[in-house]
Amino acid sequence: MTRILSPEEWEIVALSLRVSFVAVGGMLPVSFALAWLLARARFPGKLLVDALVHLPLVVPPVVTGWLLLLLFGANGPLGRLFEQALGIGFMFRWTGAALASAIMALPLMVRAMRLSIEGVDRKLEQAAQTLGAGRWRVFLTISLPLALPGVLAGLVLGFARSIGEFGATITFVSDVPGETRTLPIAIYSALQMPGGEAIVTRLAIISILLSLGALVASEALARRTAGGRTNHVL
Amino acid sequence: MSFDIAITHRLGQRTIAMQANCDARLVALFAPSGAGKSSILNMVAGILRPDSGHIAVAGETLFDSAAGIDLPPARRRAGYVFQEGRLFPHMRVRANLLYGCHGEAAMPWQAVLDFLGIGHLLDRWPAALSGGEAQRVAIGRALLSGPRFLLLDEPLASLDPARREEILVVIERMKHDLAMPILYVSHDRAEVDRLADHVVAL
Repeated sequence: MTRILSPEEWEIVALSLRVSFVAVGGMLPVSFALAWLLARARFPGKLLVDALVHLPLVVPPVVTGWLLLLLFGANGPLGRLFEQALGIGFMFRWTGAALASAIMALPLMVRAMRLSIEGVDRKLEQAAQTLGAGRWRVFLTISLPLALPGVLAGLVLGFARSIGEFGATITFVSDVPGETRTLPIAIYSALQMPGGEAIVTRLAIISILLSLGALVASEALARRTAGGRTNHVL
Repeated sequence: MSFDIAITHRLGQRTIAMQANCDARLVALFAPSGAGKSSILNMVAGILRPDSGHIAVAGETLFDSAAGIDLPPARRRAGYVFQEGRLFPHMRVRANLLYGCHGEAAMPWQAVLDFLGIGHLLDRWPAALSGGEAQRVAIGRALLSGPRFLLLDEPLASLDPARREEILVVIERMKHDLAMPILYVSHDRAEVDRLADHVVAL
């Protein structure tokens, strides 16, 4: 395998995976909480939360990247907060690429999870209550397992979106080899170079394999957890 | 007193009201479809909160709007058998039966399996059960949760005539063998005549 890609190309793949896993992993609790809130809760300002969550889906990615720059840049309010409180800097760092990916993946993750939470039969939760189960037990043993296909779908969609993220990332943290040069940005850079076609082909194939792999893995997982029912992630 | 109930509840345009104060073992709630029978069972089980009134079963007050009592459903210990069974689709029959399993159940595990004839179904998924089998498992799940009383919501409605007789016999035996008040909802006169000691018409 090592002969197929050069060390620099391996670095790109490893960086892309790290960025995507951190982005999707970090967003998992956030997006599930938001999905639950949007599916189940009634509160003033719900429409606004819904709109904000969907913003990265409808706004041009370059604009999202620019907004991230304003908020999380060296002089942005949130950027300073993270730097001072947690020591996490985003500018020209892989953490910034992960943040941009996470924000771009958020709406897709929330949508998939919300749909499946809405699909959970509340009557089954009531049945569990009458059998003596408290709120948390109902959530952990009934609601969560029944919503699992949507959670998996959200993870796959989020991962695919992350691996493919380009516009917001390059606007926010630019193209720094080893830090923010993920697969799409590397492919784009290679296209600008004379004689870069071979690199482009190899990296493009890797991208396709990664996304397909995630899809197949999650389908297999959904079938295993489905028991006697039919479950599909997508 | 098995059931001491006086509740009113507004649902949209309608007002659902029920009064019952009796010591019968099996009280039937008899009314045409859509009269709010299931809502009343939900109120007794604690899933739906009545606007006002009180609910006491077998001497224990479960709800009293005047006294501010409203036990959560998990603590009411109702053995609720739903019209559609409501077995958990992601658990095998065994896990469904064990879900509410309670040490103080009037009938132990093996007795319930024998009584309902469901011992051979333990490793099946709910999706692979017939209507009658699913309903027997649902009854078993309710019995094993250590209920103080039973709520049966048209347990025969989704069954064909042959299966109905099978479940009717089970209910008759529960009535005679278990010292437990039963609130039985039906829209079928013949069923009610056969089972009930006391009939409340809505």
